[in-house]
This record gives sequence, structure tokens and C-alpha cells, in this order.
Amino acid sequence: MSASPALLARVLRDPGAAAGLDPDGWDLLLRQALGADMTPILLVLLEDAGLLAAAPPAPRAHLEWARIAADRHLQAVRYEVRQIGRALADTGLPLILLKGAAYAMAGLAPGRGRMFSDIDILVPKERLPEVEAALMLHGWFSAHHDAYDQRYYRDWMHEIPPMEHVKRGNVIDVHHAILPETAAARPDPAKLRAAAVPVADAGDGLPAMRVLAPHDMVLHSAVHLFSDGEFNHGLRDLFDIHRLLLQFGGQAGFWAELAPRARELELERPLFYALRYAVRLFNTPVPDTVLADAGSGRGRPGRALLALMDRLFLRGLAPAHPSCADALTPLALSMLYVRGNWLRMPPLLLSRHLFHKAFITPRAGQVQQ
Amino acid sequence: MLTLADLPRRELAARLAGPGLVLRTGPFTNRIRTDVPLLLDGLALLYDDYPVAEPGGFADFSLSLHRAGGLRRWYRPQVHFAQEGVAPFKPLPLDQAFAMFEWVMNWCVTHRAHSYLIIHAAVLERHGRALILPAPPGSGKSTLCAALVTRGWRLLSDEMTLVRLEDGALLPVPRPVSLKNGSIDVIRDFAPDAVLGKPVENTTKGTIAHLKPPRDSILRAAEPALPAFIVFPRYEAGAATSLAPLPKARAFMQVAENAFNYQVLGAAGFTALGRLIDTSSQYEFHYSRLDEAMALFERLAAQPA
Repeated sequence: MSASPALLARVLRDPGAAAGLDPDGWDLLLRQALGADMTPILLVLLEDAGLLAAAPPAPRAHLEWARIAADRHLQAVRYEVRQIGRALADTGLPLILLKGAAYAMAGLAPGRGRMFSDIDILVPKERLPEVEAALMLHGWFSAHHDAYDQRYYRDWMHEIPPMEHVKRGNVIDVHHAILPETAAARPDPAKLRAAAVPVADAGDGLPAMRVLAPHDMVLHSAVHLFSDGEFNHGLRDLFDIHRLLLQFGGQAGFWAELAPRARELELERPLFYALRYAVRLFNTPVPDTVLADAGSGRGRPGRALLALMDRLFLRGLAPAHPSCADALTPLALSMLYVRGNWLRMPPLLLSRHLFHKAFITPRAGQVQQ
Repeated sequence: MLTLADLPRRELAARLAGPGLVLRTGPFTNRIRTDVPLLLDGLALLYDDYPVAEPGGFADFSLSLHRAGGLRRWYRPQVHFAQEGVAPFKPLPLDQAFAMFEWVMNWCVTHRAHSYLIIHAAVLERHGRALILPAPPGSGKSTLCAALVTRGWRLLSDEMTLVRLEDGALLPVPRPVSLKNGSIDVIRDFAPDAVLGKPVENTTKGTIAHLKPPRDSILRAAEPALPAFIVFPRYEAGAATSLAPLPKARAFMQVAENAFNYQVLGAAGFTALGRLIDTSSQYEFHYSRLDEAMALFERLAAQPA
């Protein structure tokens, strides 16, 4: 692992680091941002820091291209959320948005410049059939037809198979929990739903919406990043957490309640990792007492495990770009992938799942063709 | 400025294998890295008039096309495209490397360069007036484009028309013209002196060969053109040559359907497209005989505005 953090990570931590970059520096910065899927986020940061006007014309043109794509993305998300609100209106359920759509609709810092492909919503498990029927009535259909995939999602996962709109092609992930049914930790979704907060009127004909409460939003972001096996958006997702912590950190009681809430939801470990690496990569101003609290009890892994996880995560969290990879990066990424699946399912079920995916799914595909 | 022809072959290979060959195509700089000899040959043949910059500095697009490793090194070898470590497309058979290069060069622009309305259309210029030929595949757009280029029209692009959002000017991105299947021999017969690259067989679009753009079109790549005509061509075997005016509203919708980023641009795209339609005249064009088509377009370009 190279000694100095990647240029993109340094600029995310302190946008002033972009001032005075030479053309080679701008080239590297924008290439790392493209690989990490963070170009519009970089634009927002440079603009806020008053550094955009000083960027040379060519990189600035790229950042402006990204602005156009990001504006259009936000407009499309607003439209889609309106349609989802319309579809769910008959069920009487509140529309609870998660992740990217929540950040964008609630006007939170990480929503600015963040692109995402799916809209995630949270509903009670016992109301799933009703929600699914309502969405189907409005044009969304399950994209997975394979019987095994259906079983995988419905019996074991925390979401039903992604539903794709028949005309617009946009995808909704309907969640009933934030971790799989088969995972060891089981944060109680009823607690998350009960604590969810309404979004102040977003205007534009948008429906009434809720998002997770600040603590839960941070914890969900952490669990999503540190329990999953895919790290191609690792840096962006950690930066989401950083921006959430900066924004919520000023609210009374936020810091004191963060680690206790993590204990209540059995999410001490993801919180520990999120704080550790946010501080390490972005200098997030987390109070020492909170770091100590999050690192007590089940939060902190043993010394040997932590040393290993540092080596894996710091590679997974580097910008997904060849200039940030070293000889061990591919190994680290595959170990993180295996770990993500390991956390998802007990070993026996996991080996059965991987066996099915490797040998049975391809064969079934051939028969269908 | 240094052109690719000025680089000795060994230097060209060293740049492609090392820091990258930085090639200027119209308003864009492309840093190209590859270890595929076929691609080096294609570049040396079809891009020798293009300006080349030093390897360092800022490039708009960085592309790498590399041979697949492992078993694929020997068994049905493949070529991979990656941009910033991300591989958005499946690998292709190694002998299609040059066709893949041309596709991904287009993709980089159409996917990201949102300071332009980008229309899937050929665009050429004659007597200061630009002719836009939008068309779905199979309409004979590239055949017409190649034929016009061999008859003195300046090539702005065979694949994408860049309409600058601020002023509606058309920006050239001259690149080789991609000819498919039967068109390859049609153009060989029509213009025996034209330089064509090695045909690439069995692609998803059939056999493809690329026509080298005229040197003058490359030299004038910084010179925008003003739109004058939008012509929707349709090749029909045995059809009489006919040019019929197209109502503006229909033309607007048809161009919108052929635009890569009309949806992304929102209101700015609508305004740019409106101005393009207002400042040009639109026609439907049926043809089967290239020489008649050439004469007709020459008359069109020469008529007083």
C-alpha cells in the first residue's frame, strides 16, 4: 500500500489540495474521480471551496459535463419518487426512502452530486405482498424470473427481487430490513421505521416522505458499506458517512446517542469501522469519547483481526482506479467479497448458494436459451 | 504541430505500450494505450495525419485496449477495453480490436461531453454550409458520407454531430468513416484511390472497414461549421433520386430520436435542437444511385442561401 493516500482522497479531505495542481495532477484527479464514480461530488466540493473558477479550462469542462448529468439525475429521481409515492398511496404506508434517494430528497449533504442507479424503500415485511401488488399495478415488475433467485431474495434476503419499471427501466429495491434474514446481526426494522423522520416539504408535487433518523441513517450507511462484499463504490460510500457525520454532528445529542443506538441495533462493529476509516481517510471530527464508546465491547475486533481488516479495508476504500492499486489489491478485494457473503449467510447455506450460482444457474440459462 | 506520421513506428509502439499516445480528434484529446499490434497498424494507417501531443498533461479521455490474459492469450484471443480501471463492455475477439477502438472513442464522447447536443448523424461541409445526415443503421448514411468525402466535401464526422450549446455551431470531430458490408465494395468502386483499413469481419454489425478521412478535414478540425441542411437518407434498391421537404415539427422529433444526450440536456437540449431546426432546412432523401446523389448535394450546397 502506498504511503500517501490517493490524490482524490486528499482532495475530498481538503479541497484546497486541488489548488495549484499541474495538468498532470488534474488529469490524475479527474481519472480517479471517474473510476470512483465521484466526478459530480468533486464538482460540488470545489465549487463550495471557491476553487472551480481557478481550475484550468479542460478539467473544468469535464466537471461542468458532470454537473449536467447530475442535475438530470436529480430531476429523474424526483420524478420517480413522485411515481412511487402515487403507487404506494393506496396502501396507506408511509414512503420511507433509504440511501441515495433519502440523501437527495431530504436535501442532505451526501445527496449533492451523488449518482445512484436504484431507489431503495423500506416497508414492513408483513405488508410486502400489498406493496408489491401496488407497484406492479403502476408498472414495476420483478426483474428476476429464475425460481432460485426468487427464493434467494424472498427466503433469505432483506429485500425482494429488484423491480424494474416496464417503460422507464428504473429500478426500485423494496427492503423490509437492512440486513439479510440469514445474517448473524438482526437490527429490528420496526425500531428503524418507528424512528424515521418526515422530510420537510420538498415541494414540486412530491409526496410525503420519511427518511431514517440521523443515527439510523449513519448506521445503515455503515452496515451497507462494511457488511457488503462489493467495494467498487467504497470511497464514495465512506465519504457519504463523513458528510453525514459533519452534518449531524452539530445536532444536540447526536454524538452521545450514536454508539448506544448501534448497540441497540446490534451494529457496533460496522459503526466502529465506519468511524475508524472516516477519521483515518477524511479527518472526520469524531469526539474521542465517541471513538472510545464505539470501540468498547463488541465493537472493536481483536488486535490481529483489526490489523488484517485495516489492510483489506484501506485497499477496498481507495479510489477504484489502477493508480491506487498495489499488488495486493486484487487479493484484498476478493477477500472482502468472500467476507461480505460470509456475513450474509451461515457457512452451510452459503456453500449451497455458491454451488447453485456456479453450476445450476448457468445450466438453467442454457436450457432457456 | 507534430502528427502521428512524424513518430517513427518504434516510438509509436513505445508510447502505446507505455505512457500512452495522446491523439487530438477535434476538440478532444485522447490518451490511448494498447498492446494489440493490429490496433497499432490501424492507427498508423488511418490516423497518420492527426496531431499528437506529448504523453503527459491533461487528456479528456484515457482508453486502454489490452489483450486478455490467461488462457485467452492463446485460445480464441480477446481484446478488453478499460477506462480508469472500469470495463463497461464485454471483451471482443482480438481481430475486432480496431472496430472496438472506434466504438469506444465514440462512446467516450457521446456518454460524457454534455456541453454539446450530440446527434447520431454524419456531418459534412461544402461552400461553408453543413449537411447533417441523421439516420438509423442501414439507411446508407455512412455510404453517402464516404462518397461525399471522396468528392471534396469536408468531413466533420461520420458518427456524431456536435452542436455547441452556446451558439449552435457544429464542431468537427473528424474520424475514419465506418463502412459496413456491401458499402465497402461500393466505395472501393466509387473511389478507387480511397484508403481503407483492413476489413474487420464477423462483428455484430457484419464486416466493417474504415475509410481514411481526407487530410484537409483533419487540418481544419478546429474550424466549426454552420448548419444548413438536415437530410434523412434512405437507400432503396432501384429507387429514383428524390428530395422532399420535411415539416419542421417532424424533423425536430426525428432528430431528437437520433440524439445521444437530448434527454440528459433537458431544457438546454430543447433550445439547441429548436435553433438547429430553425436555422436549417430539412428533407427526406431517397436514393439508389450514388452519382445522382452527389450531383444533387452539390447543387444543394451551391444554391444561394
